[in-house]
Amino acid sequence: MALEKVTLGKSITNGLRKAMEADPKVVLIGEDIGKLGGVFRITEGLQKDFGEERVIDSPLAESGIVGTAVGMALRGYRPVCEIQFDGFVYPAFDQIVSQVAKMRARSLGAIKIPMVIRIPFGGGIGSPEHHSESPEAYFAHTAGLRVVACSNPEDAHWMIRQAVACDDPVIFFEPKRRYHDRAEYDTAAASAPRGLFEANVIRHGSDVTLVGYGPVVKTMVESAAAAEAEGTSIEVIDLRSLSPLPIDTIVASVRKTGRLVVVHEASSFLGMASEISAQVTEQCFYELEAPVIRVNGANIPYPPSRMEEEFLPDLDRILDGVDRALAY
Amino acid sequence: MARTAYLLGRGAGASRIVRFSGGSGKFRAEDPHVPAVTSAGACDTAVDRVIPARGPTQAGPPAKERPVSDKVVAELHEPTPSVGDGGPDMIQLLTPEGQRVSHPDYDKYVADLTADELRSFYRDLVLIRRLDAEGYALQRQGELGLWPSLLGQEAAQVGSGRALKPHDFVFPTYREHGVGFVRGMDPQSSLQLFRGVSQGGWDPAEHNFHLYTIVIGAQALHATGYAMGVRMDGNVGTGDPDRDTAVICYFGDGASSQGDVNEAFVYAASFDAPVVFFCQNNQWAISEPVEKQTRIPLFQRARGFGFPGVRVDGNDILATYAVTQHCLDEARNGNGPLLIEAYTYRMGAHTTADDPTKYRVSAEVEEWKFRDPILRLKSYLAHEGMADESYFTAVDEEADRFAAELREGCVTMKTMPGETMWDHIYAEEHPVMEAERAAYLAYKASFEEAN
Ligand SMILES: Cc1ncc(C[n+]2csc(CCOP(=O)(O)OP(=O)(O)O)c2C)c(N)n1
Ligand SMILES: [Mg+2]
Repeated sequence: MALEKVTLGKSITNGLRKAMEADPKVVLIGEDIGKLGGVFRITEGLQKDFGEERVIDSPLAESGIVGTAVGMALRGYRPVCEIQFDGFVYPAFDQIVSQVAKMRARSLGAIKIPMVIRIPFGGGIGSPEHHSESPEAYFAHTAGLRVVACSNPEDAHWMIRQAVACDDPVIFFEPKRRYHDRAEYDTAAASAPRGLFEANVIRHGSDVTLVGYGPVVKTMVESAAAAEAEGTSIEVIDLRSLSPLPIDTIVASVRKTGRLVVVHEASSFLGMASEISAQVTEQCFYELEAPVIRVNGANIPYPPSRMEEEFLPDLDRILDGVDRALAY
Repeated sequence: MARTAYLLGRGAGASRIVRFSGGSGKFRAEDPHVPAVTSAGACDTAVDRVIPARGPTQAGPPAKERPVSDKVVAELHEPTPSVGDGGPDMIQLLTPEGQRVSHPDYDKYVADLTADELRSFYRDLVLIRRLDAEGYALQRQGELGLWPSLLGQEAAQVGSGRALKPHDFVFPTYREHGVGFVRGMDPQSSLQLFRGVSQGGWDPAEHNFHLYTIVIGAQALHATGYAMGVRMDGNVGTGDPDRDTAVICYFGDGASSQGDVNEAFVYAASFDAPVVFFCQNNQWAISEPVEKQTRIPLFQRARGFGFPGVRVDGNDILATYAVTQHCLDEARNGNGPLLIEAYTYRMGAHTTADDPTKYRVSAEVEEWKFRDPILRLKSYLAHEGMADESYFTAVDEEADRFAAELREGCVTMKTMPGETMWDHIYAEEHPVMEAERAAYLAYKASFEEAN
């Protein structure tokens, strides 16, 4: 046991450090990740300890980051790319969708692309445009990619390790407004292999199921606590994996509660909630007491930061969603 | 149909070859500050041969001998100038001490500037530095979410901005508050985005100043396409000064690595677009020094794309004014594109969110303080007797009033009500916007009822 109180950001740093110690083929590449340690300091200290060849400050070009990482992967490395902010992943979109996602299939399994693309995502930090987006659905929609999102320090630590260990490309979403959240956990145990693509039932309940991932998980837990005071029992599921979708855990919960509310910051239209809703409807049609309710971002470009509170799902909006589900 | 004629009938290949091999444009072969493109052939071979040969070349089979100009080889082997030294190619009209140095090609662009005009340059520099200081302070006081400082880059921005004509068009990054100011933009405009009340918030057509672009390099393609449109409209090379139009595209040294910027160079060259690429090389892209982006001085990149590049002292307002004037004229005359590298320095942090002590030494900043763009113009004006203390004091007082207004305007800037989030997203009616707005209002009203 090695109980430590660590922030979510530093948990990723520690996970990356462990991964680099364990495997000399693990290399990091991204903008400002060297001396500066990245704009969120996730790679702080790593270049000093592992050198410039393993912690690579890239020229300012995201397609370059991901495209060269593909080449490194072909050469036997395990590149971990850092995209500085969610809104800056799009210059690399072509590489990710057309190359990273498809290369293994095209080689009939002869090659693997064991790459991680880390993306700080989500809003709530008062930033100007392109710094608060939630682009996960684009990637979850793309076959050949695995997509995960962490929500708390302990998960951040072991999940980044498992993502690096995975032989498929993993898009790793980090909830940037939770980077400074702190939790105590056994950091030694965080190195043990675990299933990266399994959901986590954080809180058991009987009336409504709440599903979400990344930054909204904390808000969902708070909402469940508030609802309990009002006499509503909520089950909270942290999805963790967006693709593959751990649908069985959701279905099992909905069979129990009969009601489902899916929360995310990304716009609702063709978002994760839409897919979850479709699958749950297919599997639980007779158990559902209410339609699946989505509490998501509006279908607009991310608004100016002084309006973002109006855009983001907060406790009130989540409880409003719960009320709507219970109204049936 | 003018468009088809332009695209199909201009005989680009032929005219391009004549232009390059003849070196007829004054900017091209004769200008000592623009690397001469002697012939397409020499250029190709030089690139083939020289780049792999960097450093010791004993290992491997001997490189196949190819005819290549010694000058080109020597140039490519020139070390990248060290920080603070723009190298012999850098055009300067005012030394850091404020002494006027003469330049055979560029003197003419500043020769007719009156004392009044020169004083107004000074005023612009002082006011935008003040705008910047206010932006910084407002961020620190929580009135702005973020502020990207232009400190140190005033001359590059005012010099180039003042060279523009009203009908020219500007594509800025997120740091060109100074260019916007000299274009006549309300200085509050650049605060909106950073206060978080808008993601842009002005009509680009009002001052021919496009919205800020935060996604690095994206605007280079927009500028190029806009310039292609200018050409399609026939608004280049007519000889009519009110008609011939240039486009200027600002970007940074870091941006020079982006695919979009390199594609813009290709497109601009391929379509003879009347665009001037204005790169403010402030030596840093957040924590990465310019050496991470390029082996050769950035202005030399242009040659590989087939157009002229020039390095100017970005802290020298006369030189940036003259060089930009010249390049804009070339573009308006149909000789675009061109690249200007304004050699300057980011004196402050990347933005208020950045901590430069993590990656650069303060000695470097100290060194650049000696090249301050405002001090050098001030010494020049004083030395030439064009301005005295009372003038400088009056400008400072104006800056105080300007700052007070700016601050007042900023802190009273209204945040739009939530339901406006759905406004302006589509040009035509969209059912989802209507429905979501209505749902939002109903949701809000439910709180009122509950109270
Ligand atoms: C596509 C994209 N990637 C990353 C960023 C984050 N970012 C903002 S500014 C910047 C550095 C830009 O450097 P440079 O082009 O030299 O301009 P400067 O900020 O020095 O004016 C970076 C990496 C971004 N805005 N857009
Ligand atoms: Mg820069």
